[in-house]
Amino acid sequence: MKKVAITLNINNRDVDMLVEPRKLLSDAIREDARLTGTHVGCEHGVCGACTVLVDGKPQRSCLTFAVQTQGKAITTIEAVKGNNDGYSALQQALHEEHGLQCGFCTPGIIVTFEAYLKENTNPTEDEIRDVLSGNLCRCTGYQNIIRAIQKAAAVMRGETPGAAK
Amino acid sequence: MKPAKFTYHTPDSLEAAFQLLGEYGDEAKIIAGGQSLIPVMNLRLAQPEHLIDINAINGLSQIREEGDIITIGALSRHREIETSALLKERLPLLPEAAMRIGHLAIRNRGTIGGSLSNADPAAEWSLMAFLMDADIEITSARGTRMADITDFIQSVYTSDLSADEILTAVKFPPIAPGEGWAVCRISRRAGDFAIVSVATTICLDTSGAIENLRLCIGGMDVTPVRISHVEHAAVGQMPNEAWIKSAAEVASGIGSPESDMHASAEYRREMAAHLTAEALREALKRCGGGA
Ligand SMILES: Cc1cc2nc3c(=O)[nH]c(=O)nc-3n(C[C@H](O)[C@H](O)[C@H](O)COP(=O)(O)OP(=O)(O)OC[C@H]3O[C@@H](n4cnc5c(N)ncnc54)[C@H](O)[C@@H]3O)c2cc1C
Ligand code: FES
Ligand code: FES
Repeated sequence: MKKVAITLNINNRDVDMLVEPRKLLSDAIREDARLTGTHVGCEHGVCGACTVLVDGKPQRSCLTFAVQTQGKAITTIEAVKGNNDGYSALQQALHEEHGLQCGFCTPGIIVTFEAYLKENTNPTEDEIRDVLSGNLCRCTGYQNIIRAIQKAAAVMRGETPGAAK
Repeated sequence: MKPAKFTYHTPDSLEAAFQLLGEYGDEAKIIAGGQSLIPVMNLRLAQPEHLIDINAINGLSQIREEGDIITIGALSRHREIETSALLKERLPLLPEAAMRIGHLAIRNRGTIGGSLSNADPAAEWSLMAFLMDADIEITSARGTRMADITDFIQSVYTSDLSADEILTAVKFPPIAPGEGWAVCRISRRAGDFAIVSVATTICLDTSGAIENLRLCIGGMDVTPVRISHVEHAAVGQMPNEAWIKSAAEVASGIGSPESDMHASAEYRREMAAHLTAEALREALKRCGGGA
């Protein structure tokens, strides 16, 4: 099938690529834009490892074709950072709370909650668990991830970290 | 796995989409949110030769109320329904049902039109449409027609859409002020399709007797089912525990549930009774404007 020339805006950078229409956004990000922080687990929407932001909203990059995202702003884990290029509050909290082990699920979790914590600055544990249900983690048992998200939310609200427990 | 090859089309008007559908017929598939279609394409269970993306067509995603009818455009995302101020006020069961669909990232993309066209018997929108007697607006080059939901969703993954037609909107009546409502479901994990789901609306008269009841159950048959004999017999009854128990008992006998990898038929029947009682109690608490 004929390849088409498209330009995707990924992390505020225009990336030109020549892809078949059947190319999934997840594969375009990894193979064509060479950004391998976005992981691919199940390719049917269940695991959440491939989650990226499209116009600021979490979406499954394995359930979107690359050709469909022209003209949209795509944000991947590579663009997540804090002040002075350090960790974001969420990355720092995941680090401190031991919220990852192998790290396969982590990019999907971070981009999902970077967006969610902007929308809901003070989520309850139930709300966090509900959103986190879209990201499977085979290592941690989730407790430390939840604690890290609570901590990050507190930091982002300007409260003293450690207050969240 | 990866999807098979296809040619991609992005019509920017309904007319352009009809032309493509006319040209490619059965070889073409419409893609809306892609949250049901792309998984089956990735598994190569679907291999359309032409993919017609309707996302660039304007005017298919408004949510509006006109003369006591709430119209939801086919391209409205689950998340837009979940967060709609109009729906929270006039038809709060819809945002409540939307919250249960898959996960946030799925809800940001999946559409009500795609879900109904797909006719999954366990889908939240099928349950809501059967409960509220929604009307489906279907458009083609031949014009626009309306279908009753019970005619539209015919069986598992079978809806009344010809290859040249597009589902363009869904029409719901709002609930009455003071009308109680509830949506209950059970699934193994948050975000999984429901094993059994129950939705209800209840209107009480000034004496506290039931004036109007809707009761719908999903997961017990090839489509959601309205339990109409309970609905009819309820009128004039006092909604006490004995009545709730008898309704729950009828619900457990509905349909012909099958045993599959998700649950046994027996378990479904037990859950049908349990969820029906839970939904009725919850709806009664909301009657008269209670939270
Ligand atoms: C992990 C996961 C969990 C999920 N959990 C749930 C759940 O708990 N409950 C639930 O209800 N759903 C669930 N879903 C399904 C989800 O709701 C889908 O978004 C929805 O079923 C399909 O909508 P779509 O817009 O994505 O349709 P698409 O995938 O784009 O299309 C689905 C089908 O409908 C056709 N179609 C789409 N739009 C139209 C139209 N306007 N006119 C004519 N034909 C059309 C397509 O050709 C295709 O055959 C889940 C999905 C995933 C991936
Ligand atoms: S790879 Fe996309 S959800 Fe699993
Ligand atoms: S840290 Fe290994 S899957 Fe989550």
